[in-house]
Amino acid sequence: MKLRDDTSDPHAGPTEPAGASGDQATGLPWFSTWRAVYVFVFVSFVVWVGLLVALTVTFS
Amino acid sequence: MSLLDFVVLIGSMVGIAVYGMWRTRGHQNLSAYLKGDPNVKWAAIGISVMATQASAITFISTPGQGYQDGLGFVQNYFGMPLALIIIAVVFLPMYRRLNVYTAYEFLGHRFDNKTRLLGAALFLLQRGLAAGITIYAPAIILSTMLGWRLDVTIILSGLLVIIYTVTGGSEAVTLTQKYQLAVIFGGMVTAFAVLLMRLPAHLSLTDALTVAGGFKKLQAVDFSLDVKRRYTFWSGLLGGLFLSLSYFGTDQSQVQRYISGASLRESRLGLMFNAVFKIPMQFFILLLGCLIFVFYQFERPPVFFNEAAWSRGANHDPGEQLRSLEQKFTAIHAEKEQLIHAWLDAKHAGDRQAEAAARAQAQAALERSEAVRAEVKTALLSADPRAKTNDTDYVFITFVMDHLPHGVIGLLVAAFFAAALSSKAAELNALGSTTTIDFYRHVIKREATDAHYVTASKWFTFLWGLVALAFALFANLVENLIQAVNIVGSVFYGVVLALFLVAFFIRRVGGTAVFWAALAAQALVFILYFSLNISYLWFNFIGCAACVLFSLLIQAAIGPTIGPTEVLSAP
Repeated sequence: MKLRDDTSDPHAGPTEPAGASGDQATGLPWFSTWRAVYVFVFVSFVVWVGLLVALTVTFS
Repeated sequence: MSLLDFVVLIGSMVGIAVYGMWRTRGHQNLSAYLKGDPNVKWAAIGISVMATQASAITFISTPGQGYQDGLGFVQNYFGMPLALIIIAVVFLPMYRRLNVYTAYEFLGHRFDNKTRLLGAALFLLQRGLAAGITIYAPAIILSTMLGWRLDVTIILSGLLVIIYTVTGGSEAVTLTQKYQLAVIFGGMVTAFAVLLMRLPAHLSLTDALTVAGGFKKLQAVDFSLDVKRRYTFWSGLLGGLFLSLSYFGTDQSQVQRYISGASLRESRLGLMFNAVFKIPMQFFILLLGCLIFVFYQFERPPVFFNEAAWSRGANHDPGEQLRSLEQKFTAIHAEKEQLIHAWLDAKHAGDRQAEAAARAQAQAALERSEAVRAEVKTALLSADPRAKTNDTDYVFITFVMDHLPHGVIGLLVAAFFAAALSSKAAELNALGSTTTIDFYRHVIKREATDAHYVTASKWFTFLWGLVALAFALFANLVENLIQAVNIVGSVFYGVVLALFLVAFFIRRVGGTAVFWAALAAQALVFILYFSLNISYLWFNFIGCAACVLFSLLIQAAIGPTIGPTEVLSAP
């Protein structure tokens, strides 16, 4: 059993064009770009941390 | 458990498994078997990612963690949203563009075959060793509490997951995880609702939170820079980012769940679903534990939550020390309950001074009752030196068995088994896929039909299932099993993550440099593990940093590489 040194793979499937995959629309009503989706996720994280800090302070 | 509980438990578990097998029957296409339904939407992907990460231990142990240490553990997940964004932006488009079955195929495209096989081998070694724990850990707790035989519990739950994972492949895993997570959430929400109803009638939710906060259970965020503290904002953000990148970005049991999306959009949204909802989910599970703590301030808890261990100790207690300690614990509990009533009455009356005094006295009473529990643990150890004295894992299941109505008990036990099966199924699926794609198809038999590889994948999945079962059955031979598995994971995870970080972010490094760097870094981690006395979590960072540094040095020594780095470039 000899390991091949080349990277060719007879089973490799068709690849997607790189540009197309990155530019796909989000399909979301309020977030038309992926940047907006990531900002929303980050903001929701910050909001959760803020709420947890508030809980910590209120009931400490 | 009553007959109704058994009907709920067996009906839901077997029903979901049979449905998964029936829906995926006759599928012989390799892509469908390993990647699942090509039309799967983001919600199913998000649920599948969540169900894979959330093992039975998440739902059995985390409330106990909340009961004992409060909400602080939630900080461990602070790095996860950022890690999932990085994976959605960098890792996922590349996996989809190359149309890979496993994450390690990407290493083959980017570097070379030897690096691909090294990444796959490290995954199989680490995940294969951990395979038994996802069956064993909940089985030991459930069999103890339910009085079932441990080996029967392990074999029945193990065989069920093996059967539907082998027959239905990735599609069956995703399909069953959807319903299993519904059972899990149904059980946890019901437990939360019943717990709120079982709190004393005069106790409002604000009062309950006041009591929990007064006993320091609601300290969710700690910005301390003290590295000795177990859970802080900073360790959660940085350590969590690192671990989440490793787990979600390079562990095939997770990668397989999200590369199967109908499009890049569906896969990305599935990851973002987890980025948004994981922290609140963990928060509510921990809050459940905090409220169980409040419940047990008004209802005397067992002095030791592992009832079987307590009974064994009591039977070997000639001086009746344990009985005496239990009576002492009961007296302190009654005194503490009165003090908490006085504390809340003073709060309602607006008498700050009396409130502070009663609260301080209640806190002192809690410390005394904890001291009694510590004495109980010492007594249990003296009766049986092998006794397990950490009873945190038994807190939630004790509450479920003692205080929830029949039917709901069955639902909760079904939820624990559903969690065990859903994470186990994804693991077996990933182990079978990696063995088939990265070793069997790539090294042993390169030219065969799809049907042949599907059959091979089924056999490999079955064999990994047997390995997991065997490991689970003999797991009690290993002292402190969970820690042992975590150590194994930390020893390998750093180097695996480094392979991917170099692949994505350091384009000038080629396959030969990173391969030898990975081996050198892994050897360094082994040497340091046996020579340094530091927390095993540090080996994640050391392995990763060493591999990145060594690959840069080796690449500089051997000169520029002209190789397959163009996979990173857009055409």
